[in-house]
Amino acid sequence: MAKASIKGYSYCLNHVPNIAFHYGNTPFTERLLRGETEFIKNLKNKMQSYKEACAYAPNQAYIGGITLAELEQQPSPMYENRLKSCDRFGKYGEIMPEDEFIGLMDICDVFDIIWLEEIFASEIKSKLEGHSLLNESQLKRLEAGHPQEEIMKEVNENEALPLYLGERVVGCCRRGHETDECLSSYVLLENIACKAGGVLSLLHLMKNAGIKPEEIDYVVECSEEAAGDANQRGGGNFAKAVAEIAGCVNASGCDVRSFCAGPVNAVIAGACQVASGARKNVVVLAGGAVPKLFMNSRDHIKKDMPALEDCLGGFAVLLGPSDGENPVIRLDALGKHSVAAGASPQAITSALVWEPLQKLGLDFNDIDKYAAELHIPEITLPAGAGDVPLANFKMIAALAVMKGRLEKSAMNEFVKNKGIPGFAHTQGHIPSGVPFIGHACDAIKANEMKRAMIIGKGSLFLARLTNLSDGASFIIEPGQKEEEKAALTREEIREAVLDVLQGLAEDLKKQQ
Amino acid sequence: MDLQNQQRVKDAAEKYGAENVVVVLGSSDPEGAEIYAETVTNGDPTFAGPLAGVSLGLAVYHVFEEEIKGEADPSVWEEQVGMMEMVLDTEALAAAVKKIREQYSKYSL
Repeated sequence: MAKASIKGYSYCLNHVPNIAFHYGNTPFTERLLRGETEFIKNLKNKMQSYKEACAYAPNQAYIGGITLAELEQQPSPMYENRLKSCDRFGKYGEIMPEDEFIGLMDICDVFDIIWLEEIFASEIKSKLEGHSLLNESQLKRLEAGHPQEEIMKEVNENEALPLYLGERVVGCCRRGHETDECLSSYVLLENIACKAGGVLSLLHLMKNAGIKPEEIDYVVECSEEAAGDANQRGGGNFAKAVAEIAGCVNASGCDVRSFCAGPVNAVIAGACQVASGARKNVVVLAGGAVPKLFMNSRDHIKKDMPALEDCLGGFAVLLGPSDGENPVIRLDALGKHSVAAGASPQAITSALVWEPLQKLGLDFNDIDKYAAELHIPEITLPAGAGDVPLANFKMIAALAVMKGRLEKSAMNEFVKNKGIPGFAHTQGHIPSGVPFIGHACDAIKANEMKRAMIIGKGSLFLARLTNLSDGASFIIEPGQKEEEKAALTREEIREAVLDVLQGLAEDLKKQQ
Repeated sequence: MDLQNQQRVKDAAEKYGAENVVVVLGSSDPEGAEIYAETVTNGDPTFAGPLAGVSLGLAVYHVFEEEIKGEADPSVWEEQVGMMEMVLDTEALAAAVKKIREQYSKYSL
């Protein structure tokens, strides 16, 4: 049976309200089309401080600062019931403040695209030196900075985008080419931020998994950004660029894309490399999406609530050969949404949930927890998109009823027991099932859970190439101890040898 | 409703005549359904798209309304929509669209 172990995981957020305010697609487009409107002015008053973002329960659940059980206990609205005590670091990762993240973007910039203002550069240098995961060679990459006039000249004359902390311009993101739209300052800001988020998650992953950078063999990146130029718009490769900064000198990598289904497809791609023996330590990772920051802020402002979408999401998962200890991904029962499967929610749910269960002779109830589209409901509800995770669990329950595997009256109970609360930012690829891998593996290792199903779904039609959507799923279960397997194999060998000997003896008898 | 879809609806009404076009909504949220219904009857309430200030008055129904469900082959309905019927608040969705239709639609089935 083909399996790959999940040997480590990390989850990080980058709290970047100023990048969100200026370059999130919703406020950015508003400013471009209509200028400094009422919406923009109101948005400014609804931004959260770093402390507030840190004390927001779903953010702590994401970085492993609190458990999902604790998140469920949190009174709503959670933005009015913030946690009393909370830390920058959780057991999976951290919430990095914006000033340090801008510094990290500069560390990740190898083409002198990010310029830092010199006073800010020296301030942030001493801060980043205090970060336990950044080593000397990474810190050395931080530039000394430019005088404020040079930054403003670049902004005013060469289309660089200013980087702000409040009213203060602390740097800028320059363009990579004078006419190539794929190398505009906006696209490069998006890509460098995504790269930096991926690097931060990879650094935390290596710490969490106790693995050295040089031991990583391959990186699969699965964000929704496109790196390239006019002749190859989505040429790639974020994975290798991230591995380079993190010091993974023996790694190569590639990018996998499928909108929000990217991460699940990428985990499958990585796990298959591991299970086939092609590569040993494979990392699947992604940083966040700048354009999706403050995506639903118009609705949040209307409902007089804080603009919650101020964090870039990132994650990293380490996959390795099945080791008997760590939870495993089963590759013999992957959910696949085929071209012909159909686009109705029923067809999708059936392909992603029911078909893999049938392959293993399992029932809906044999999965302890399902994880699909884990958006924070407080973010999506005011925007008219509903409680997305809840809708998914209801669909699975309803499908179980249709398949005659569940009483209709037991639907609510099923949803309550098998679902989990949404705790991921509306960062597209980030909410799609993968944030649960960490919590699920912890529960499996603690014998509190037997099986989890991770489900990814992607809206391919947004790219105007096909009307199809995409989806993929996999099941995580406990790793099997090697001893048992070895004992069983020895037993089998003994029996086989006995059979052969017996046959031989009989042949000899006959010959006599 | 995004700008492309508004344009498609507008084009269809011009090509076939508003009296010959029926818009069937599959929205999962009553508030969203109301906005879609309003867009194709009274005009785009956000004044952002091709239907801003254009009152087409089209006949608009949610797929869960009896007028539409009654037209569907029961086995196809079961296969394609049955599950979502259990998941969504079908009555609220139907009521939301009906309210807008009664207010703004010039045509009906």
